[in-house]
Amino acid sequence: MSTILIIEQVLNGLQSGVMLFLMAAGLTLIFGVMGLINLAHGSLYMVGAFAAAAVAGVTGSFVLALIAALAAAALAGAVIEVAVIRRLYDSDHLDQVLATFALILIFSEGTRWVFGSFPLFLDIPDALSGPVTLPGGIQYPLYRLALIGVGLLVAFGLWLLIERTRIGIQIRAGENDREMIAALGVDISKLYTLVFALGAALAGLAGALVGAIQSVQVGMGEPVLILAFVVIVIGGIGSIKGAFIGALLVGLTDTLVGIFLPEVLKLFMDAAPATSAGSSIASMSIYILMSLVLIWRPSGLFGARA
Amino acid sequence: MSRETLFNAALLLGLIAVPAWAVMTDEPFTITLATRAVILALAAAGLNIALGIGGLVSLGHAVFFGIGGYAMGILAHHAQSYTPLMEWPFLIEGTKFMPLIWLLAIVVSALVALVIGILSLRTTGAYFIMITLAFGQMFYYFAISWSTYGGEDGMSIYVRNDFPGLNTLAPIQFYGLCLAILVVVLVFSARLRRSPFGLALNAARQVPARVEAVGMDPMRLKLVAFVISGVITGLAGALFADLNRFVSPTMFSWQFSGEIMILVILGGVGRLFGPVAGAVTFVALEHFLGGITEFWHIFLGLILLAVVLFARGGITGLVAGKEATHD
Amino acid sequence: MKKLMLATAAAALAAGGAMADVKVGMITTLSGGGASLGIDTRDGFMLAMEEANRNDVKVIIEDDQRKPDIAVQLADKMIQSEKVDVLTGIVWSNLAMAVVPATTAQGLFYLSTNAAPAQLAGKGCNPNYFSVSYQNDNLHEGAGAYATQAGFKNTFILAPNYPAGIDSLTGFKRFYEGDLAGEVYTKLGQTDYAAEIAQIRASGADSVFFFLPGGMGISFLKQYADSGVDLPVVGPAFSFDQGILQAVGEAAVGVKNSSTWSKDLDNEANAAFVAAFQQKYDRLPSIYAAQGYDTANLLLSAIDKADVNDDAAFAAALKEADFASVRGEFSFAANNHPIQNVYVREVIKEGDVFTNKIVGTALEDHANAYVDECKM
Repeated sequence: MSTILIIEQVLNGLQSGVMLFLMAAGLTLIFGVMGLINLAHGSLYMVGAFAAAAVAGVTGSFVLALIAALAAAALAGAVIEVAVIRRLYDSDHLDQVLATFALILIFSEGTRWVFGSFPLFLDIPDALSGPVTLPGGIQYPLYRLALIGVGLLVAFGLWLLIERTRIGIQIRAGENDREMIAALGVDISKLYTLVFALGAALAGLAGALVGAIQSVQVGMGEPVLILAFVVIVIGGIGSIKGAFIGALLVGLTDTLVGIFLPEVLKLFMDAAPATSAGSSIASMSIYILMSLVLIWRPSGLFGARA
Repeated sequence: MSRETLFNAALLLGLIAVPAWAVMTDEPFTITLATRAVILALAAAGLNIALGIGGLVSLGHAVFFGIGGYAMGILAHHAQSYTPLMEWPFLIEGTKFMPLIWLLAIVVSALVALVIGILSLRTTGAYFIMITLAFGQMFYYFAISWSTYGGEDGMSIYVRNDFPGLNTLAPIQFYGLCLAILVVVLVFSARLRRSPFGLALNAARQVPARVEAVGMDPMRLKLVAFVISGVITGLAGALFADLNRFVSPTMFSWQFSGEIMILVILGGVGRLFGPVAGAVTFVALEHFLGGITEFWHIFLGLILLAVVLFARGGITGLVAGKEATHD
Repeated sequence: MKKLMLATAAAALAAGGAMADVKVGMITTLSGGGASLGIDTRDGFMLAMEEANRNDVKVIIEDDQRKPDIAVQLADKMIQSEKVDVLTGIVWSNLAMAVVPATTAQGLFYLSTNAAPAQLAGKGCNPNYFSVSYQNDNLHEGAGAYATQAGFKNTFILAPNYPAGIDSLTGFKRFYEGDLAGEVYTKLGQTDYAAEIAQIRASGADSVFFFLPGGMGISFLKQYADSGVDLPVVGPAFSFDQGILQAVGEAAVGVKNSSTWSKDLDNEANAAFVAAFQQKYDRLPSIYAAQGYDTANLLLSAIDKADVNDDAAFAAALKEADFASVRGEFSFAANNHPIQNVYVREVIKEGDVFTNKIVGTALEDHANAYVDECKM
């Protein structure tokens, strides 16, 4: 196995990691600030992808499509926050799980009702299509490099927002002491709607960006949702830093184990069973990783109460 | 009699009357639906012990359901193909004898619940939800690629397994068997709540510090509850597989874990007959809404939302009001 | 003619009075992620029923949500409450495995519009079970035969890690004579194939065969087209279907795929079917619609010949395959699976619409590998 291949696979792992981060960041923010488990986060990812595909289909512009994805997901997020989620902040996790599970059903079949049962088309913009040659002669798709760039930019932007702005101070305060910030005259319900819409917009952005290289279809959000949960649990719920590290860990594990484990097993056994056994274990790898992390640190790597 | 007792009695009466009516009017499918409801209620009754009394929000109970299903599938598969399950170090044959299948389902579920419980109970809250989900996913992906037993295709068993003295192929007899097991489990649950163990567990959920102060280990209490809970759901899985004469990895899926949880919440968390009310309602909704529109999931979603937002305490809470202080 | 009428009358008498109406139960996927396949199956089937315009056949349609336990429950309902004579419509192999054995064991007929797993073609074959679509391996075998014809010497093959995926690669290898540059099983439901594409690039392959149904195939093709790897790709028709192609777009143009049907297949029945389908539903038909349409016509042809309650006679009538298939020549092998051509298609763009055209024949009058295992 050549070094080039290994570097390329690491890039692939990074790319899937930063996209997972976009999903996980919103999820972990919402949990950290409002204490809410939002199973419907994957639906917002789907809303972003569908909005992007619809707008790109009409206008042909990828930039407009991204704006539409952000707007549609943020709007959908704000609407469900005001209509449903707001009533769940004081409930236990159980009610939240059930209510947001119900939202998944409504979003999925509602989308199918509006857009039909067939997958939609969304392509990457011409300017970013095709591969580029990196130092060392590695051929790598430009669009995936752009995804890594966008993901890192968003991560940096979020860090700035939370560490350096007024809203960030309120968010951090909200995580620690809710009564205090209400006492300071911050409109807490507005802040909650804002945080929820922000998380939703990030999910929508991820949906649109990833939708361009995957299939835009009903139900596309659920596998990503599960992965994003694995990420924030590994990182420690509520921690943006944890979500970032967790996303990279999950992205790299998922990619690298799937590729290298069958090769390693081939050293010990026949090719056919090695391929089959290797890919079976690989599909369980991130869940094994998560259990190991939780057994070692029950509140995740950067969890509040370690 | 309290309203809840009346409500429970009405439910139980319905579970006897509806199939009886179906037999008289020759509507065997109604019996099949009722059997499905009873078995799902059993699975949910299992979860209700961990969730309702112990406060353990497990989003991985499909693991036990699937184990029960595969216990049935594997034993019956070997029996119908006349191949031994294993030959070394000692010979084990397949079987179509239900009590033996149930025994295997119970033992394996208990062992797995013990291991998952020991590992997961170190965590709390959302972490516990997620780690149980992770275990579910591991089993799910394992089953999909377990080619010996059909992988994603699952396994078909051509004839329902046997129970001494019954013709299990007659829908009403199989239904009676399932209902009897459900009643036994409900009686057991009722006793468990009032037993010293149940009271301690309830206390461990509400004020763990006080339980520790009197020298009991809340972890151990929760672990025992988790194992009991897993065993019951595992038994339900074996029955469910027999109802469908089929097992597949979807029994392990996280959506299924979610569905069991929905049954419990829909019926009323921690209420003795909550799982029954939840399962009956869910099966009825699935059946009638599915007949009306292709997009019935939208309406199911709206109904579930309404329950969470406006009917805290689920259906039992709606009908019978807040829980009477039974202890 | 008179003789035929007499025979019909005799059959009717034997059945105890007037010919009973035939009740058909269709269980297919109409909601959730895989709904587009079930909807096409249903629409194709019902188009044929409407064209026949007869009032002695009743069709009951139910949605299985792509869940095996729901499919089993619906089958129970149709058999126990609706008292159907024939079941049909299931799209997925794992659902078929849950329903078909129990259905035929209860003496009913099952006609498959799509799924046809190996177990039901070999040891588990049954005189009451007919696959009108294909045997699952057929398209993969066709792809293998095409790869050999095209002179591929070193192919990289990949499929999801589940029974249909493993059968797929086995089927491909059965007719492929070159070497393998790599053999990879991916995760079922996987959406990102960057890692596998990197492996393909590094493997020194001269071509790629893949079986990734549904959204998996859309993702793979889009990512492959963008990767700069430009080795020829071949796959079974599932990833190049009318519904899916529009979502893949330019990335699929030029790709070869194996299919038993194509909308440009030159025969009268097919031309009429494609026109009628477009007229009625305002979209192009897919292979699932074509198979649904053929299944309905086969069923109608058998109903005209025999009483559905006379198992042996009805099975014999089905086996004659006396209907005008949109796939041209069509007959049944000894294990009740089709003998038909497997074609090679190429994806093209017609105006704004992506579609397929036939460019060759991979296998002629092809049956399946399980005929000898079937004892009935």
